[in-house]
Amino acid sequence: MNPELGQVALILALLLSALQCLLPIIGAWRGSKPLMATAPTLAIGQAVFVALAFGILMWSFWINDFSVAYVAQNSNLSLPWFYKLSAVWGAHEGSLLLWMLILNGWTVAMVALGGKLPQAFFSRVIGVLGFVAFGFLLYMITTSNPFLRLFPVPPNGADLNPVLQDPGLVFHPPTLYMGYVGFSVAFAFAIASLLGGELKSTWVRWARPWTNVAWGFLTLGIVAGSAWAYYELGWGGWWFWDPVENASFMPWLIGAALIHAQAITDKRDGLRAWTLLLSIFAFAFSLLGTFLVRSGLLTSVHAFAFAPARGLFILVYLAVVVGGSLLLYAMRAPKVTGGKSFALASRETMMLVGNLMLTVACAMVLLGTLYPLVGEALDIGRISVGPPYFGPLFLLLMTPLVLALPFGPLSRWGKADLKVWRNALIRIVALAVAAGIIGFVLGARGWYQLLGITAAVWVMAGVVLFAIKRWREAPRGKRYPFEMLGMMLAHFGVGVFIAGAILTRSMSVEQDVGMKPGASVEVGAYDFHFNGVAETQGPNYRAQQGTVVITRNGKHVVTLHPQKRTYAGGQVQTEAAIQAGVFRDLYVSLGDSIGNGAWSLRVYDKPFVRWIWGGGALMMLGGFAVVLDKRFRLRRAVDPETARATPEPEARPKLAEGEA
Amino acid sequence: MKRPLVVILVAVALALSTAAFAIDPLPFRSTAQRERFQHLTSELRCMVCQDESLLASNADFAKQLRRQIFDMMQQGKSDEQIKDWLVARYSTFILYDPPLAPSTLALWFGTPAILLSGGLVVVVLLRRRTRPAGSIAEDPGDDW
Repeated sequence: MNPELGQVALILALLLSALQCLLPIIGAWRGSKPLMATAPTLAIGQAVFVALAFGILMWSFWINDFSVAYVAQNSNLSLPWFYKLSAVWGAHEGSLLLWMLILNGWTVAMVALGGKLPQAFFSRVIGVLGFVAFGFLLYMITTSNPFLRLFPVPPNGADLNPVLQDPGLVFHPPTLYMGYVGFSVAFAFAIASLLGGELKSTWVRWARPWTNVAWGFLTLGIVAGSAWAYYELGWGGWWFWDPVENASFMPWLIGAALIHAQAITDKRDGLRAWTLLLSIFAFAFSLLGTFLVRSGLLTSVHAFAFAPARGLFILVYLAVVVGGSLLLYAMRAPKVTGGKSFALASRETMMLVGNLMLTVACAMVLLGTLYPLVGEALDIGRISVGPPYFGPLFLLLMTPLVLALPFGPLSRWGKADLKVWRNALIRIVALAVAAGIIGFVLGARGWYQLLGITAAVWVMAGVVLFAIKRWREAPRGKRYPFEMLGMMLAHFGVGVFIAGAILTRSMSVEQDVGMKPGASVEVGAYDFHFNGVAETQGPNYRAQQGTVVITRNGKHVVTLHPQKRTYAGGQVQTEAAIQAGVFRDLYVSLGDSIGNGAWSLRVYDKPFVRWIWGGGALMMLGGFAVVLDKRFRLRRAVDPETARATPEPEARPKLAEGEA
Repeated sequence: MKRPLVVILVAVALALSTAAFAIDPLPFRSTAQRERFQHLTSELRCMVCQDESLLASNADFAKQLRRQIFDMMQQGKSDEQIKDWLVARYSTFILYDPPLAPSTLALWFGTPAILLSGGLVVVVLLRRRTRPAGSIAEDPGDDW
């Protein structure tokens, strides 16, 4: 299929997105039903053309059409077929197209599931999504066209960057973008409510499932990226606080705060203005994340200045989206401030503490990530900001959050129930201290490790106590609604994550060794026996493959085969061999031949490293579980003006029966 | 327009092609010394790569510098002395932990300032919104 068709499809999509932005919003403003009725058609039309463009680019990769510059730069005749397809999002232009495709996916889902929303509100939501799409499509067409031709046509492509030739890449960007772009829905809801001048916050309940799913995907994307770095970079670390990681972490932090703020506003009508603001910022940070990574700004301010058109467009687009939203917020939000009052030792206060710490942590990450760039641009000297800055500060900021976390669910909405507090506090402290003592007896040493174990158990004990309390107090069948289940999964995941992160860091043994075939090295309780290196051949690489036999007390544990691959383009890539386990990973990575038949190897014993990603997976599941809750099923189109006049009509009568 | 783009792509490709983690066996005297070395070099930037620590980098620059740091450790130099030597040669850019200086004031005091102002907002909000427990109307029903 002709790549120019893809170009035409993008241009048509751009035109449709402009209409999708204008017509429904004008329709909602003027109260014109015919104009509002165009929203679903325009949204679906745009999605069809973007999907067509995406399909054509994928097809160009499939048939090795190296006349397309983007294909020539990122593919190769001998690239395995699945990497040919995932190479579509292996670089700048294709990533943007993927971003667009996912935005359209969310919009179509909105069309399919949002039909019961009030028509004016729904039209505004679709209109805002159209505006976001318009900006992205314009950016692609004017500065980052994936369909540019190359002449003369090269006989073979430059190949996909070997770092990206990993199953991790197949999943990491799409899931990450699902999260980034998913926040555009919460954003669109917030802007739609501001545009409509709605005084009530009924929209928050409609937005909640979308936010939770988006955050779940973002969690998955970050976990996949972290696991990918662990496998593929031969490094054995899982987080480096580098700007690319930070770019995805900032919207995650804001998203976590937003989920909780939405819950307060939905249930207690508590933080209307703050929820609006967080909805705007979650999406703003998603945009910032996409652009920081994609613009080359992070490589260096100078690389950014190399392609001034791209940079300028990004800045203007960000300024329009964020500035415009904040202006609208400033004009409309004062009308919606306020909410129910609550006691100091209530659930609201706990959630406020969490919100504060999450947003301040995000600000801290932003400051550390942008500071070197600003410093370079202003010429006040080059500065490096890295793990020793972010790590301790993040730990400090998360301490109040971790302390408050069990008491959010355990305390009550609105009022202070000091008896519950006292009982919970005594039990949680007892369990956490007991865990610390058991850890000490089992050989845990150092304040870092002991505090880590205590903190992890603190959080997990809180969840367990809450589950028991619910079991006792709520009637059968009403004990754990999905929304609550999601909270429990995610909070427990936080505990698992803390345990994993702290135990991995404090217990890992890593060693670089030079070994001749037949030599052994002892790492932790394990014996790594090196049996030499042999040549093997992969689809598009040659590899030197080592054989390492691992034994413990003379008993065979596993035989690992780390590789060092040389790809067609001459790039070298290590492929670590890992024996994964619930309680520890054994990790071997092959280095260079260092003469006399000896090789350098990196060997690791990494206890509890899986818990890091396991905790992340629980948080993701938590985000997804919330969506299934009955609370979020749309019953009928409610007029936003009257929806809150009869507050929660469906909830009250059932409360008497103990409905959640 | 076209040419700079190619230059960037090549630069990025080069930067990424060295992404393999350095494996560099050095004859440490003890486990403690190895751990000290790993900790120290993980907090230093490889000056010729993008966002890689001295411990991780595979560049020749990093290899030589690791060897020098190793030698200094054998001579009994402390971490501080080694860092001072590095800063004298390469400026504070090599430290992932930027020292407090006029140019980093905002970096180090920014977060506490934001925390303080955010905390103030929360305190004001709490003062305005919280009521003593008795004055809040009883809210019958399930507390979720």
